[in-house]
This record gives sequence, C-alpha cells and structure tokens, in this order.
Amino acid sequence: MYELQQVDKHFPGVHALKAIDFKIGRGEIVGLVGENGAGKSTLMKVIYGAYQPDGGTIAVDGKAVRFHNPRQAMDYGIGMVFQEQSLITNLTVAENIFLGFEQQFVKWGVINWKEMTAAARAQLAKVKLDIDPSMITAKLSFAQRQLVELAKVLTLEERVDGDLVILLDEPTSVLAREEVELLFQLVRDLTSRASFIFVSHRMDEVLELSDRIYVMKDGEVVDVVAQREAQVETIQHKMVGRDIDKEYYREQKQLDYERTDPLVSFNNVSRAGGFEDISFDLHPGEVLCLVGTEGSGREAILRTVFGMDAPTSGTVTIKGRQVTRFTAQNGVANGIGYVPRERKIEGIVNGMNVYENMTLSQMDKYASNGVLRIGEEKALARDWIAKLGIKTPSEFKDCAGLSGGNQQKVVLAKWRSGGSDIILLDHPTRGLDIGAKEDVYEMVRAMSADGVGIILVADTLEEAIGLSHSIIVLKDGQFQQRFEGMPGSKPTLFDLVHHMI
Amino acid sequence: MTATPSVLPDTHNRLNRETLVKWAPLLVLGVLLLLFPFFEWLEDFRAAKDHTYLVDSRFLSIRNFARIAISASPALMVAIGVTFIILMGSIDLSMEGTVSVCAVLFAFLFLGMGGTMGSWAILAIPGALIVGAAMGFINGLVHVKLKIPSFMASLAMGFVGTGLALLLTGGDRIRVEDEAFRSLLTVRWFNFPIMCYVALFGLLVAWFIQSRTTLGRNFYAVGGGEELAKASGLNVNRVRIMGFTLAGVFFAMGALLAVGRIGIAETATGNGFMFVSITAVVVGGTALWGGIGGVWNTLIGVLIVNVINNGMVVIGLPGWVQDGTLGLLVIAAVVLSTDRRAVSFVK
Repeated sequence: MYELQQVDKHFPGVHALKAIDFKIGRGEIVGLVGENGAGKSTLMKVIYGAYQPDGGTIAVDGKAVRFHNPRQAMDYGIGMVFQEQSLITNLTVAENIFLGFEQQFVKWGVINWKEMTAAARAQLAKVKLDIDPSMITAKLSFAQRQLVELAKVLTLEERVDGDLVILLDEPTSVLAREEVELLFQLVRDLTSRASFIFVSHRMDEVLELSDRIYVMKDGEVVDVVAQREAQVETIQHKMVGRDIDKEYYREQKQLDYERTDPLVSFNNVSRAGGFEDISFDLHPGEVLCLVGTEGSGREAILRTVFGMDAPTSGTVTIKGRQVTRFTAQNGVANGIGYVPRERKIEGIVNGMNVYENMTLSQMDKYASNGVLRIGEEKALARDWIAKLGIKTPSEFKDCAGLSGGNQQKVVLAKWRSGGSDIILLDHPTRGLDIGAKEDVYEMVRAMSADGVGIILVADTLEEAIGLSHSIIVLKDGQFQQRFEGMPGSKPTLFDLVHHMI
Repeated sequence: MTATPSVLPDTHNRLNRETLVKWAPLLVLGVLLLLFPFFEWLEDFRAAKDHTYLVDSRFLSIRNFARIAISASPALMVAIGVTFIILMGSIDLSMEGTVSVCAVLFAFLFLGMGGTMGSWAILAIPGALIVGAAMGFINGLVHVKLKIPSFMASLAMGFVGTGLALLLTGGDRIRVEDEAFRSLLTVRWFNFPIMCYVALFGLLVAWFIQSRTTLGRNFYAVGGGEELAKASGLNVNRVRIMGFTLAGVFFAMGALLAVGRIGIAETATGNGFMFVSITAVVVGGTALWGGIGGVWNTLIGVLIVNVINNGMVVIGLPGWVQDGTLGLLVIAAVVLSTDRRAVSFVK
C-alpha cells in the first residue's frame, strides 16, 4: 500500500540514499536497521515528508504522490512517532495530542475544552493509557509520554480515510524491559488499524517485532529478510561487511606505547544517567577508542575525564593524582584538551581570529598582569599554522571563514600548543571531506608518537579500529568488551558490532 | 545519514552584507552630518535668505560640535560600560540607578572632605569609581550566583540604586560648585571643554581593555561561544562578574562627567542614560547576542544619537520626534545587523 521506487537523495557531498526500493503492506510491521550514517534517518524523513527525494517515486495505494511537508504526508495517513520526545511538556496531554488540529473543537473562536478532553481520552484508550488528559505532560513518565506520542499519531485514523503507516524511531530507547513488552503488544494489536515501520539499534527487538527487516548500508538497502529467516549474525555482517584500508588510517605509523604510568585511570567510575562501573587506563602514546551506539555513554565518559561532569562514584586519577574538583578549568590545568563534536558550538569561537582561538585556553601564558602580549600570540599562531599546514590567509582570519578541516586543526593546535598531553577527540572527522580526514589521522599518529594519550570517539567503526591501540565497547552505559588493536591483530567490525547491539 | 542538508553560504552576498553592516554606522553618521545642514539651507532658501550650503550652517560649526561633544561625553562613558556587557551577550540596565548613586555619593564625599579639588576632597573621585565598581560587582553576583537573567538582575539593581539615591538626598539637589571641578566644563582646550578629553581618555582605556587584556578577550569569548569558553577552561562566572564590575566603574565615570556638566548631583542625574546608552551601543553595530562590536562602534553610536538630538533642536523639531526617530533607528540597526537566516526564532 505504501511504496518507494528507486528513491534517491543527495546532500552536498553525500549521496545519502541510493535507489531505495521499499514497500509496506497493510497491517505489516517492517524493521529498519543499519549503522549510524547508513541512511536510516534520511529514509524515514523521506517517508514522512520532511525531505523530498531527488529521484524515484513514492506511491500510496498505487498512486504516485509527492509530499512537500509532513502535514501533507499526514493527510495520506503517514505519521511519525519521534525518538526525541516531541511533546511540549508544559501543555496538557490533550493539548499535545491535538496540537495544530484544535480547529475541530473551536466554536466562535473559543476552544471547547470538554470536547477536546473527551476526544483525547478516546485516543488514549487506543493505546490503553488510563490517565487524565488534562494533566500537564511534564508529570508523565517517559514510557507514558511515548504512548501519548503514539496516541497523537493515531488521531490520523479519524482524519484520514484509508490506511495508516506509522514510523517508530527508536521507541524503546528510554523504556524498561517490561514497558517494551507492553509497547510491542500494543503495536501488534494495532496492526488491525495501521502498518508500522520500526527503527531500532537493538537487533533482538527488531527481530522480535518485525515481519520483514530492511538492512541498510551506505545509503542502500543491502538486504530484505523475512522474520523466520532472520539471524542476528547474518544481518550484522550485512550491516558492516567491508574491508579496512590500512593505508588510509596510517596503520604503518602506529607505534607501540609504554604500559607504565597511566595518564588517566578510571576505577569503577559511574555517573548517574551516563555510564556505570567503568574502569580503564590510558597510557602515553596510546589511542583508546570508546565504541558504542549513540547514547551508550561514550560522550559522558569524555566529559567526565575532562571534568565538565562529576562522577557519582568511583575514582578518577590523572597523572597519579586523584581528581577531587571536577571543573573544566581543572581539566585544562591537568593538561587535558577536549575536541568536541560540535565544532561550531564548542570548538572554535566564531568571530574570533586564528590566534585568538589558539590561545583561548592558555591566555594566562601570554599575559602579564592581565595585559596580553599579542606579538607572542601571533608568533605562536604562525608557528602552528606552518606546523599543521593550516590553510588560512593569515593569523588574523576569522575562524568562522575556515573550512571544517582547518577549523579542526586550529582546535588541535590550541591544545597541543598549550602542552596538553591528554587529548579527548569526539567525532574529530565528522563532516570533513576525505583529504581533511586523512590530515586528522596523520595528526593522531603524530600526537601518539609524541607520547600524547588520546581517547577517541570515532565517527565510524572502521575509523575506531584503524586508529586505536585499544577499544572498549559500551552498551547502554555498561562495559561490554575490551579489544587490543595493534596492527596485525585488529578486531573485525563484526567483533565490535556483536557486542554493541 | 545524520548529516543534515547544509545550505552553503552564498559567500559573495555575505561579503557585501558584512561590509555593509560593518560600515553602516559610520555611513549613517556621515549622512546625518550632511542632512541637517541641508534642512537649514532649505529653510533659509524658502525664506529667500542668503545661505551657502554647509558653509553657513549653524549646525556644522565648531561651537555646535563642542555642544554635541559635551552632551555625548557622560553618555559615552555609560555606553562603553554597557558595551562590555552586551559583548558578553548579557545586558545591564542598572546604569540609571548606578549613575545616580555614584553622583550623589560623590557629591557628599566631595563636600564633606573640603569641597575643593585642592583638598582631600579629590579622593571623592576614586571614591565614586569604587562605589560604581561595588554596585556592578553586586549586580554581577546577583546575576551569576542567584542565576537571575542579567536584564532582570540589573534592572532590579538599578531600581535599588535609584531608591538609595533618593534616600540619601531626601529629594534634594546637591550643588558642586568648586571651580576646579567645574573646569571640566568651563575650561576649554582647542574649543572643547576638558570633560571631552576625559571621555576620550576613558575611551582609550576601554579600547586597551577590549583589545589588549585577557579580560577583554574573555568578553568576546563568552559572547562568541559560552560553552566553548567553558570547555577551554575559562571561569565564565568570574568573567561575567568582572564585566559587571568594570561596567560599574564606567557608569561612575559617566556620573562624574554628568555632575561636572551641570554642577548638580541628584536622584535624577541618572535619568535618560538607559535609553541613550543602549540605543547608542545597538546603533553603533554591537550585536545584542554578543561577540561582535566594541567600544569604537559605541563611540559612533553615541555620536549618532547626540547628533540626531542636537540636529533636531537646531532645525526646530519637537522632542517626541527625536525619541521616535531614535526608536526607529534602533529597530533599523537591529534589523540590519541580524542575519535572519541564522536565527530560527526569537523569544
């Protein structure tokens, strides 16, 4: 009843969807799996009308359609239950359910609240949620909110003739096991009224719920498996299956590291809501990679090492001294440099030029009694511009005008020039083109050769494997497995994925 | 893909826009300086009087420029103070109260310790600056430690200041008639009174702080990216408190010049500074969300505001037209300086 044929989608520099064929029948539950960046989100957005495909056709009941926005998709019965909760928490449940569709309850310009509440109660009954619709949404648990979201999408039933297609994007990520069971039961019951597309990184759940499973990789559907034939391992192989190019990750330059005197030691460290009972050592010259899906606790660990977040239990030791005050200032003073994922927000200050950005974390070294020695700052900037080959007309250039790769170099120069010997890299190659990525790999190798300890959250698994000496796999904030990754004995993608999901 | 479609910036267009935004304030000032003499010429032309454009202008005379400079000097000091705060992306609305308190306390100290510049009374000048610093410091503490938005914290502190000034004076005016102190206004070097040079000196100090000190750099860092400043190990709270303290010192400078100008300290000394200073900063091109602009922008802004006020009096327009014009100018300045494609919605 809903079908995509040869759908293509391009973004600047990325071919995000390549000739996707996808279809879903009445009352069917279809699973959608793939690595981060495989194109799942883009496909979802095309399906519910947020993106318009560049090529191919979308057909509903055999009729070609084109959606310019999600609202038009809704008119054809296609609704989305968002992963990030899309409810407005200071409104009531009823207001949220009918947000944007209040007109049906309006008489003489006034909303009939009684009628809306009654209608909301009817919607909530569909998802078997027995709560007062005039409650403020903030008071609900996450599981309840998830059901309210579903109820909101189910209002399509009354508005649209014909069948519904409902997308569920990682609906289980905030739910407990028994809540997941309830949700699945509900979804199965609702198949009499709607078809579902289910996206999750938890493979077992996808297998349990879906009738058919689409496996995506690099913007393509690489396989469609029926539930009875599906096996976790074969699907995982299909999701990752490719070889790693050793040259690309500069493996020949990977040196061994000293296993004494760790720079950073985590001893059974936990942080509520982030990660639990994590222990590791980071040595000089070591590249330690944290691997896991989104929300597995990788970023939280980095923030704790840096000092931006304080752990709830356990001890963190940096260069032999236990950390007691967790502040970013303390982290910087301990020689830690943090290269965050969002370059624009946490990496460089837009509007400040190259030398100002480079000395931002070490201004005191370039000032006497609060007065800056700008000549020295500029000399430092020129030095590092030459050292890292930063492409900028001069040290006076506003960093916002540099390319992503060069911004990243400025950030690295900031920490390296300040003498940081513990570098935390969070997706350092995200959004960079291939040449710039290779520059970053080159810098990682150069830093390790200098005895810098690096904790890396890589953009892809290949990158993690290629760059690291050791890999820690995390899942839902828990330690899963540790791998040693010296050249010649590196783990395979499959080894990692197996523990991730 | 998690990569969202990024609309590549149209670099050519952007360059033009940036250049325009950068030079617009100076351009506006230039146009104003030509516009008012034109109105004068038009008037005389209608009355069939002899008038050569620009040459016979009463507006475009050293005498009138000195008048503009005198009215601009206290405003410049106050506006510079608030510039630092706006550079951090915050706002300080406490200037009226702070100026009043500093003016009144200065007058009390000055008169109480002798009343002439030759005596200990001269200490009243640093005294006033310290009072300003203290008020700014409290302002910053309230904002940072109690986590109250800066506009609310400073507005409230401003009211406290106005109330305090009224309590101290009981509504009286205090005359400061010492000749040496009044020489700020009465003694002129090259046609301009000393207070203009004091203001110029203040501007240079502010420029030094802005461009040559860690504090100044920190203002830009906090305004340009607070998260980043934190992640670079800056103590953002400390920077904020120091910013408000510094602003307080400049408010006190403004108070001293205001008292020097009219020879009277009273609760009403601070009146009108809020509108003038914020308008001047914004019209000068300092971005309200922080990180862009500086004290030279503020100088241009203060001059624009005072030229408009003065010019309208010269060509004989009523006061409400002046306020209305300035209000429109503020809207125009913000419209021009906001990249609306980058701002999704404004609260």
